[in-house]
Parts: sequence; structure tokens; C-alpha cells
Amino acid sequence: MTGKLKTICSLKGHSGIVWNASWHPKGQMLASCGEDKTIRLWNYKDGDKSTLKCLLADGHQRTVRAIAWSYCGQSLASASFDATIAIWDNKSGQFECNATLEGHENEVKSVAWSRSGSMLATCSRDKSVWVWEVWEDNEYECAAVLNAHSQDVKKVVWHPHEDILASASYDNSVKLYMEDADKEWTCVGTLSSHTSTVWSLAFDKTGDRLVTSSDDRTLKIWQKYLPGNPEGISVKDANFVYKCVCTISGFHTRPIYDVTWCHLTDLIATACGDNSIRIFKEEDLSDRNQPSFSCVSHVSEAHSQDINSVQWNPVVKGVLASCSDDGLVKIWKMEST
Amino acid sequence: MILTISSLLMMFANLMQQTKKIIQEKYLKNDSGNTTANPIAIEATDEQLDEKTHELKDQIYDIIRTIKDPEKPATLEDLSVVYENGVEVINQRNLKLYTVRIEFNPTVPHCSLATLIGLSIRIKVIRSILENVKLDIYIKEGAHTTEEEINKQINDKERVAAAMENPSLRDVVEKCIKEEE
Repeated sequence: MTGKLKTICSLKGHSGIVWNASWHPKGQMLASCGEDKTIRLWNYKDGDKSTLKCLLADGHQRTVRAIAWSYCGQSLASASFDATIAIWDNKSGQFECNATLEGHENEVKSVAWSRSGSMLATCSRDKSVWVWEVWEDNEYECAAVLNAHSQDVKKVVWHPHEDILASASYDNSVKLYMEDADKEWTCVGTLSSHTSTVWSLAFDKTGDRLVTSSDDRTLKIWQKYLPGNPEGISVKDANFVYKCVCTISGFHTRPIYDVTWCHLTDLIATACGDNSIRIFKEEDLSDRNQPSFSCVSHVSEAHSQDINSVQWNPVVKGVLASCSDDGLVKIWKMEST
Repeated sequence: MILTISSLLMMFANLMQQTKKIIQEKYLKNDSGNTTANPIAIEATDEQLDEKTHELKDQIYDIIRTIKDPEKPATLEDLSVVYENGVEVINQRNLKLYTVRIEFNPTVPHCSLATLIGLSIRIKVIRSILENVKLDIYIKEGAHTTEEEINKQINDKERVAAAMENPSLRDVVEKCIKEEE
């Protein structure tokens, strides 16, 4: 699939920076959040018919930095510079904040639900990653505080099938975590290769690959290897190791703030500080252990300022959401040629 | 009386709504063809671009030279923390972007306020410049013991945004960048 990325619609409403956008798992609704301390839910319709569905304005005292839908689509979590995480649901018929999680010392920068929905991960400038267990009746219990990073933690994401957590940091590294035999959360791997802040990361649909985006203007692709792999990659006494197999450089001219890996089309999209959105595709016949990627689409003035987040629609093929410092949320479609 | 005031208010609200609608419509129209180049736009000549670059450089230096030192009763220019040739404007023609690089020289190599100075420069330039620029701020090479650490911090947009939501930090920055009458 190569082609051109075209704007379907431009959603206005936020004032100031829009930091993050997140698709509902059914693909018909998009949530966005930002500097104006609000969360906006947009109904997604084909063409330019998308509209504001709902405005959630009273959950946070400062910037809402990130939002994430649970896989069941029932709950929305928001992370804020006010050091709290809010959990929203519409069980009563309208979206309401039904829990507030406190514990981080300062700005919470990212939030993510595990595939099973039984766990939530958060991270902060306080250098820690927290794993929360989700109980019924809006009860959340801290299951672990992970202090593996030496600087603030920018992003957390879960593996798409297993309870493996990954975090990206200002200390230039990525850490992986799992529960050990004693049910204790521990750091099981460190991915070091970037030379500046790792802003974001995403798993491919299998979870065997990871893409990371950095302030050093590169993307890196990491491949998972199991013990006794035919390639002879040393795994030592770990369950697995992720090794950097490809560095994509020479395309981005400013920090890459976000990256998303489509689980329907395998395309990678990036949000960059040079106002561009770029789409990358693995080349045909590319070697698994030494893959090559090409840039199949580049929209140079996708927004008029820094782009902070991009996310592929999980259901509708080739549809991408982006948001920017320019106050806009945009929806794009990859058109095949 | 109350009726008159409320009806006046209603009228005002209606007027605002209409204005908003007009602006939105106009804005939306302009926005529709954004990914393709505007065919009637005339490419600026190299001289025009160079002139613009110089203008921007002067304009930016003018903005930062009057910033006050966080603890001394003097401006950054008085203390030679900022200087004209510390401002560099790079015009990326293919990207239609201006990159502005500002270098500053802290008074002492262990200056604890270097981060605050960097933050004040960033906030004042962002607020004063109408052009859409990309801003990089650096300490003069070798001028500070934790140079790399500070450079990373003052160029991290997320940290800058969070810092400006911290009331005490914001107060200090506002004082430094306030223009004297």
C-alpha cells in the first residue's frame, strides 16, 4: 500500500496546544486533550462530517497530557500535569469522572490500559512507572512502583497480547517490565541506542517488534529474540531480548514526538516537530533481522506547528488522527494509488 | 431597566455568535486545500528571503536584550549574557520554516539560574514573535559546568510547558520578561 495522505477533516475547539489524540477501540469516536485542561470526544464520520460529541472540562487543574481508551471501550483514562489520573466512563448515560488516581509526585505524562483491561500503567516526571490493578466498582490499587529510569518517563505502552509493559524516557532508554515468578513486577530489559530523549514507542500487531521515536531525529526498529534463536542472538537468562535491527534517519529534521504502528496495514506514521507527518513501510523481501523501510508518504505542512501525536484508527484501514500545537485535531486518509 | 440590560446582552451575544460564525466560515474555507501548494502564491526571491531573515534576527535580538537577570538589577544585554551575534536565523526554504538559534553566555560557569534565563528567553520570544518559528536555545559552548543537561532541559517542550504551569516558576519568569514602561 503506497499512496497519498489526504486530510478528511480538521476539528477545531481546543484552545492552545493539543497534546494527544486517541481512537475508541470501535474506531467511531476520537478523544483529544490539551493545554486548555479539557478532553473532547469527537464522533468520527466518513468525509468531513465529524463533530464534537462531548466536552469533559472539570477533571483536571492543569494540562491534560495524555488519554487512553480501555480495550473494551467502556473507560477513558486521562493523565495530567496536575499529578493525577482521572478515569471516565458513561455507565450513567453520560461521561463522568468516576475515579481519580493520586500518587505521582508531579506531572503524569502518559497512561495505558493492558490488553486484558485488568491493569493500567502510568508514568511521570518523578522518574517512576506505576502499575495499577483494576478492580470492580472503580477501585484501583497500586501493584508496583518501578524506578528503573534515571530521568522523567515520557510514555508507557503495553504489548498487544501479553502483560509486558514498555516505557520511554528522557534518559534516552526504553525499559521493559514483566511480572516474575513471585508475581513481582521487575524490569526485564533495557533498550539503549538513541542518543537523546525517547518520546514515544509502539508495538507492531504481533508484539515481536517495537518502533521508537526520539529527539535525536531517528526512528529505531527493535526485533524480539527468544532463547536459542537460530540467529544466535544472546538472550542470556532472560525470557527474550529486543535488539535494534534498523535505524531510520535522514528524514526528520526536528524531534519526533510520536509514532504509531498500524495493526491493519503495518504502516508506521510519525508526528514531528517539523510540522510533518511521514508514513513508512517495510520494503518487500526485507530481511527480518536487517529490515529496510522506505518513506511512502510525506505531508510537509500537515499542521502549522509541532505535531504532538498521531494514531491509526484501529478499525478503519488507512485512517489517521493527528494533533498539534496549532490547536487542531486532524483526520487523514491514506489513499492508494 | 433589567429587561433592557438583558436584551442588550442578548443582542451582544447574538452579534458575537454571528461574528464567530463568519470567522469560522472564512477560516474553514482557507483550510480546505491545505496539503497542496497554493497556485497563486508567488515564490519570494532570494534577496527578499535574506532581507526577511535579517529583519527577524534584529527583531529577536530586540526582544531578548531587555530581559532582566533573575537576581541582578540589570538586563541580559547589560551583563553580556545575550549578544547580537548569538542570534542566528536559518531559513529552510524547502520547509517554509524559520529556525532560530539563540546562544547565551551565563555570567559564571556554575550559574544556578541558567535554566531560568533560558526559559525566560524562550517564553518571551514565543509570545512576541508572530512568525511561526522553531526555536533552539543553547548555552555558549564551554560556558557552563552542566551545559548539556541545561540545553536538554530548556529545549524539551513538555518540560517548558509544565514549568509554565508551576505558579512560582511562572511568576519569576513573568518578572524577568516584563517590559518597563
